[in-house]
Amino acid sequence: MAWLRRNLVVIAGLLVMAYILLPNLVVTVFSFNKPSGRYNYQWNEFSLDAWLNPCASAGMCEALGLSLWVAVVSSLVATVIGTAAAFALGRYRFRGRAATNLLVFFPMATPEVVMGSSLLTLFVAMGVPSGQGTILIAHILFTLSFVITTVKARVASLDPSLEQAAADLYARPSQTFWRVTFPLVAPGIGAGALLAFALSFDDYIVTNFNAGATTVTFPMYVWGAAQRGTPVQINVIGTVMFVGALAIVGIAQAIGARRRKVAQ
Amino acid sequence: MAFAHPIGAARPARATRRRGYFVPVLLLTPAMLWLTVFFVVPTISLASQSLQTGDIDNGYTFTWNFQTYADALSRYWPHFVRSFGYAALATVGTLLLGYPLAWFIAHRAGRFKNTLLVLVVAPFFTNFLIRTLAWQIILTDSGPVNGFFRATGLINVLEAVGLTSNDSLLFSPFAVVSGLVYNFLPFMVLPLYASLERLDSRLLDAAGDLYANGWHTFWRVIWPLSLPGVVSGTLLTFIPAAGDYINSKLLGNTQTVMIGQVIDAQFLRVLDYPTAAALSFILMAAIIVLVGIYVRIAGTEELV
Repeated sequence: MAWLRRNLVVIAGLLVMAYILLPNLVVTVFSFNKPSGRYNYQWNEFSLDAWLNPCASAGMCEALGLSLWVAVVSSLVATVIGTAAAFALGRYRFRGRAATNLLVFFPMATPEVVMGSSLLTLFVAMGVPSGQGTILIAHILFTLSFVITTVKARVASLDPSLEQAAADLYARPSQTFWRVTFPLVAPGIGAGALLAFALSFDDYIVTNFNAGATTVTFPMYVWGAAQRGTPVQINVIGTVMFVGALAIVGIAQAIGARRRKVAQ
Repeated sequence: MAFAHPIGAARPARATRRRGYFVPVLLLTPAMLWLTVFFVVPTISLASQSLQTGDIDNGYTFTWNFQTYADALSRYWPHFVRSFGYAALATVGTLLLGYPLAWFIAHRAGRFKNTLLVLVVAPFFTNFLIRTLAWQIILTDSGPVNGFFRATGLINVLEAVGLTSNDSLLFSPFAVVSGLVYNFLPFMVLPLYASLERLDSRLLDAAGDLYANGWHTFWRVIWPLSLPGVVSGTLLTFIPAAGDYINSKLLGNTQTVMIGQVIDAQFLRVLDYPTAAALSFILMAAIIVLVGIYVRIAGTEELV
C-alpha cells in the first residue's frame, strides 16, 4: 500500500503516456493491414503492400512533397524574421514594447478558423488567387508568433556577464555576438524552427481556407481520403514521420552527448 | 560552457535592457510588417465583411448591417454554447491528465526525462488527422475500450450525463471531448512541465517538516507555484479547442456540430460571407473576453 501511494504519480504518468502514444501504435499496426473495403478501419490480414508501394495512392506523394516544401520554406522565413524580432523584444527597452508583445500574442490567441477565414476575406477582397503563395503567407503568419516567443524566452534568460566578459577581453561587438551570444541562443532558435516546421506540416484548417481548389497539401489529402476511403499508404507516411522524428532527435542527442564529453 | 555555471549561479540571470530605437526597430520591422499586413488588416477586413450586404455574384456593399450579427447569434447560439462547453470539458480533462504526467517527467523520471519529453511531442509529426482517425478504430463498438466501458458500467454513467448513447462510445459528445483532450494534451503538459521542473524540491521537505500532509503540500505549495504553467496550459488548450471542428466532424455526430464547423461551411460551401465573418468575429470576441476575465482572476501578468 505504501509502495502504491508513493508510486501513484508514476503509474498515472505512465498511463497518460500510453494514452498519448496509443493512436500512433494503431496507425503503425494498421499500416500492415490489407483492408477488405475502401476504408482501413478493420483488421483484415497482414500485408506489406503499402510499405512496398508507398506512392501507389494517386496524388498522395505529390501532396506530401508540397507539404514538406511549404513547411521548410515557411519555417525558414518565420525563424529568420522571428529571431530578429525576438532579439529586439528580449533585450531592448523602447516605447511600444508592450503593444508589440500584444501583437505577437494575438495570433496565438486566435482560433485557426478565424485566422484562416479572415485571411481568405483579405485575399478575396484584394483579388489575390489562392494557391501555394497564399499557403506560404498563412503558414509564416501562424508560426511566426511561436518562433518569437520561443526565441525571446531564451534571449531573456541569457547571462549578461558572459557578454561583459567577452567585451572585457577586447572582443569587438560583432565577435561577441557571433562567438558568444549566438551560440547560446542557438538551441532556442532550433526549437523555434522545429516547432514552426511541425505546426506548418500538420496544419489543416488555415490551409484549407487559403489553398484554393487545386493545391492539395498532405493534411488536405488525408481529409479528402477520410471522406472517400482511406488508403493504407497514409498510415505508412504517418509511421515514417513519427519514427523519423524520433530517430533525428536520438541522433542529435547522441552527437550532443559526445560533444560534451569531448569538451570536458 | 563549463565555466559558465559558477558565474551564472552567483548572479540572477537577467539580460540587460538596452535603450535606443534604431536597432530594435530595424530588427522588428519584417516580423511586425508581416503581422500587421496579414493579421491586423485581415481582422479589420473580416469586421468590415461582417457588416456588408450583398451576395457573392453581385458584390458586397458596406452598410453597417448589424442585423447579420443578430440573425447569426439567434440561429447559432447553441453551437457557441456547445463549443465553449466542449472546450471547457476538454481543458479540465487535459489538466487532470497532464498534471500527473508533467510531475512524473519533471521529478520522477530520472535519466528518462528527455526521452519522455520527446515522446510527448513526437506524435505531432504524424498528421493529427491520421491520429484522430485512429481513435475511430480504438473506440469502435466491437473494440476492447468499448468492452471495458461496458463491463465496468462506466458507459451507463456516461449515458446518464448525456455524453454517449446506445452503448457506443464513437460518434458521441464523449468521443469529441476525448479527441480534443488527446489532441491538445501536449500543449498542457509542456508548460506544466516548465513550471513544475523549476519547483525547488526542498520546499516539499519544508512542508513535510511543518507537518503538512500530502494533500496540504499539494494544495498550499505545489499548486500555487505551478499556476503560471496551469494558466498558459489552459489557454493553449481552451482557445484552439473552442475553434476546432476536426474532432467533432471525425468523432461526433450531427448533434455535436461545433461553431468552427458552421463557420467553415458558411465560408466555403454556403458562401454567405457576411454571416461567416460575423460568426468568426463573435467567436474571436467571446474568446478575448473569456480569456481576459480568466487571466484577471488567475492574476498572472506574464503570459508569454
